[in-house]
Amino acid sequence: MRISRRNFLGATGAGTLGTIITFLGLPGNRAKAAQAGPLKTAHTKETTTICPYCGVGCGLIVSTKNGKIVNIEGDPDHPINEGALCSKGQALIQVANNERRLQKVQYRAPHSDKWEEKSWDWALPRIAKNIRKTRDASFVQKEKDGKLVNRTDGIGCLGGAALDNEECYLYSKLARGMGITYLEHQARI
Amino acid sequence: MQHADVIMVMGSNVAENHPIATRWIKKAMEKGAKLISADPRFTRSSSMADVYCPFRSGTDIAFVGGIINYALENNLIQKEYVVNYTNASFIIKRNFNFNDGIFSGYDEAKRSYNKSSWAYEMNAAGNPKQDKSLEHPRCVYQLMKKHYKRYAVDLVCSITGAPRDTYLEICKMYTSTAAKNRVGTWLYAMGTTQHTHGTQNIRTYAMLQLLMGNVGLAGGGINALRGESNVQGSTDMCLLFHILPGYLKSPTKDNQSLKQYLKKWTPTTNDSKSANWWGNYPKYIVSLLKAWYGDNATRSNDYAFNYLPKRSGNYSHISLFEAMYAEQIKGLILFGQNPVVGGPNSNKERAAIDKLDWMVAVDVFETDTSTFWKRPGVNPADNGTEVFLLPACSSVEKEGSVTNSGRWGQWRYAAIHPLGDSRSDLWILDALYKALAQEYESGGVVPEPITELAWDYGTGKEIVSEHEPDVHMVAREINGYFLKDMTVKGKNFKKGDQVPSFAYLQDDGSTNSGNWLYCNSYTGPDKTDNKMARRGLKDAVNGIGLYPEWSWCWPVNRRIIYNRASVDQQGRPWNSKKYVIRWNSALKNGNGGWEGDVPDGGWAPGSKHAFIMKPDGHAWLWAANLQDGPMPEHYEPLESPLDNQLNSVQLNPAIKLWHVDAPEMNPVGDRKKFPIVGTTYRVTEHWQAGAMTRNLPWLAELVPDVFVEMSAELAKEKGIKHGDWIAMETARGKCEGYALVTPRFKPLQCGGRLVHEVGIIWHFGWAGIATGDSANMLTPHIGDANTMIPEFKAFLCDVTRKGGAA
Repeated sequence: MRISRRNFLGATGAGTLGTIITFLGLPGNRAKAAQAGPLKTAHTKETTTICPYCGVGCGLIVSTKNGKIVNIEGDPDHPINEGALCSKGQALIQVANNERRLQKVQYRAPHSDKWEEKSWDWALPRIAKNIRKTRDASFVQKEKDGKLVNRTDGIGCLGGAALDNEECYLYSKLARGMGITYLEHQARI
Repeated sequence: MQHADVIMVMGSNVAENHPIATRWIKKAMEKGAKLISADPRFTRSSSMADVYCPFRSGTDIAFVGGIINYALENNLIQKEYVVNYTNASFIIKRNFNFNDGIFSGYDEAKRSYNKSSWAYEMNAAGNPKQDKSLEHPRCVYQLMKKHYKRYAVDLVCSITGAPRDTYLEICKMYTSTAAKNRVGTWLYAMGTTQHTHGTQNIRTYAMLQLLMGNVGLAGGGINALRGESNVQGSTDMCLLFHILPGYLKSPTKDNQSLKQYLKKWTPTTNDSKSANWWGNYPKYIVSLLKAWYGDNATRSNDYAFNYLPKRSGNYSHISLFEAMYAEQIKGLILFGQNPVVGGPNSNKERAAIDKLDWMVAVDVFETDTSTFWKRPGVNPADNGTEVFLLPACSSVEKEGSVTNSGRWGQWRYAAIHPLGDSRSDLWILDALYKALAQEYESGGVVPEPITELAWDYGTGKEIVSEHEPDVHMVAREINGYFLKDMTVKGKNFKKGDQVPSFAYLQDDGSTNSGNWLYCNSYTGPDKTDNKMARRGLKDAVNGIGLYPEWSWCWPVNRRIIYNRASVDQQGRPWNSKKYVIRWNSALKNGNGGWEGDVPDGGWAPGSKHAFIMKPDGHAWLWAANLQDGPMPEHYEPLESPLDNQLNSVQLNPAIKLWHVDAPEMNPVGDRKKFPIVGTTYRVTEHWQAGAMTRNLPWLAELVPDVFVEMSAELAKEKGIKHGDWIAMETARGKCEGYALVTPRFKPLQCGGRLVHEVGIIWHFGWAGIATGDSANMLTPHIGDANTMIPEFKAFLCDVTRKGGAA
């Protein structure tokens, strides 16, 4: 079996931590610091992911414990980045664990100066009503020359470069189904 | 990239914006490769380079046109490649001409070309006439030679400001890759595209790469360095007005039936050696329609073709905001886009958004766009827009694939459940569809295109907040499956079986495929059949680092496209030491076969032309389909400190000018008031419009503020010191920030005078921890002639000191 860079580190286990550090040739003070306590990735579940920032496609390993992400680092087996990350990739854990993250639907009523927290059940039908109202009012089934176009010019859709392929695909399908031609995203700018 | 002998970085700052890609440049350099950086500013990429050459923003065509001239004048081309694989030998119609910046067929009133005179002259068999000696005066090669002879070194240096010696060194170094055993690669990004002539900028790179014989090889090609993790995939899925998933055209008004659509968009050829791959158009669009409308798409209703909206004009980003400003667009849906920071002329885009009835924004953090109603200087009470801000989960809380710059579709996994009420965009889209379908159950205007969509991703009819749609069902639909038991190419398939590759797709409604390019990505019923999730590290037989068992690459896991051009007509690689594919006559019981990468079609060497996506089978040095000329010509940006020195046409004559009658709607600055060239750029620590970095404590601390970078010479002239608080102003707006006075910008000698250039980072807005003025308040609403990508990268400005150093 081919021993990958990661398997090697994993197979040696926590008991031989000192050996690994010697092997890696870390300076003494860092070795001491590492020996002071268990690694934060000990007893964690690992999943792989791809960096959400630029388009290089670096691999990362996400370590979770008790349903919480405790560490994210470069995937040493990934053939593109071989474990390396830039400053953004290294900060990815702060996207996952961030008190500024949106965790509730926010609603701003016309002329209001604040957000109100709402539920999905409240928001989705209301959004659908808005879409229908605007779509139906602006829908052009046929242009003046009698040509069928089945299109709404009253709604714009933007975004998608940070979405997964499967999400982009459904977005494309849904928007076209709604008759939207003003469908654009970051690739245009 | 690691196999290149020369690497050109132009219109990109790879070391800053794609730092990990830079590792592969370094690997090439360790093996002896030379790195060239051409940039208005001495960047992090420049600091790694063997040769750095400054030039003025917006003059790429002059710069590269001069290299093309150098190559043609000195006969530094890979002739065998040029003759066999490009349209250099094709003969152009007699009535083509070019005069002082204008190609034949120009209609000044419409600002557009009738392109009929740019076409090939055809022979009796209906194929383009050729002269493989390249001597016919009307062959593409000779027309190019004549056109670019005008791009002489001294004139090019006067236009661009490039120092003559450095420029000549680059010409020599890059054209060394014309040798068969040498290869060069070209890296670009938004520094190239964001111009009124952005498409033609890229064309100059492509033409030079073809002349050098560098396309299709390991260490060759033109690398568009993608700035977002899935901007390749989102483009493949075609979240753009003019295309449907898989780069199929979105229907135009004159496509009143599927037949008319196919007649217009399916290319044909009379050349038996041309694979003309797009001839498969009917299979791809019918399979797409079957994926979208399922059983409601039948032969008798044109597979629901007329449910697709048809376009009658341009609906691109700038047009969209102009329509919003004109109060035609009343509702806006945003999935992770922040246009009040990222869009051009952002004061105007903000004013347009103020007029909306409603906005639905889906994001991980509160963005500048979703809080437009509480931006500085606005009284929320004055704004009547209803705003829904929906919480999206982050990328590590959901499962799905993203496609990188190298077209690798890579699978990601959910590490944890989405935080709080946040949900994946997939869940939100699924829920939006269900809410809308429910809304239209009671009728409405033409509801069928919505209600008849085939939409079942395992969540039933009701919206259940904990029930994520099955992303594997979506991925399998994108790949496509058989809709009945059938036999194709001698293989038997059952109804429901995944289609193994797009070569098996049908035009009779018996297969579906949401995106033909991704057909082959998910080839069976199990999660183990998801090739995008593969993690095999075994390399291909050629050992060049293709990693064919790691993830999956479109099309059909071909890692380097156009690879039939990496070998000669006998199938022998131009460079056997780092071959992509090669013909091995011993394979297949002596019948011969290709080895290495997945070839661009399995035909024997020389039996089909190399560029299979082109109807004529050849790469286009001459592109008669573009809006602004079959060959790139230098024009100045919308705002420029100089007159065009090459011809008497100042601005690309085929771009759309907005508000010609009402200049106050899109003000253009004059040289006297705004004498300095301005440009925008990014830093490693922030990402795009900033929502995903300006909310992160580490990154906000690393780069907390807006800065404007300028030369010591300009700073002295303006009485500005490093760290002063300054204003950068254009005809459209004013931005404040810290002055960063560095030797990285230098005044350039252009057209006999000194031209200054300054740069500003554009990531900022009012939301988040790190806040500041958005640089796009400075940029104009003007787009490229072909793509309408805005001209962010070259405009006119002035800078003034506002206060002392902090």
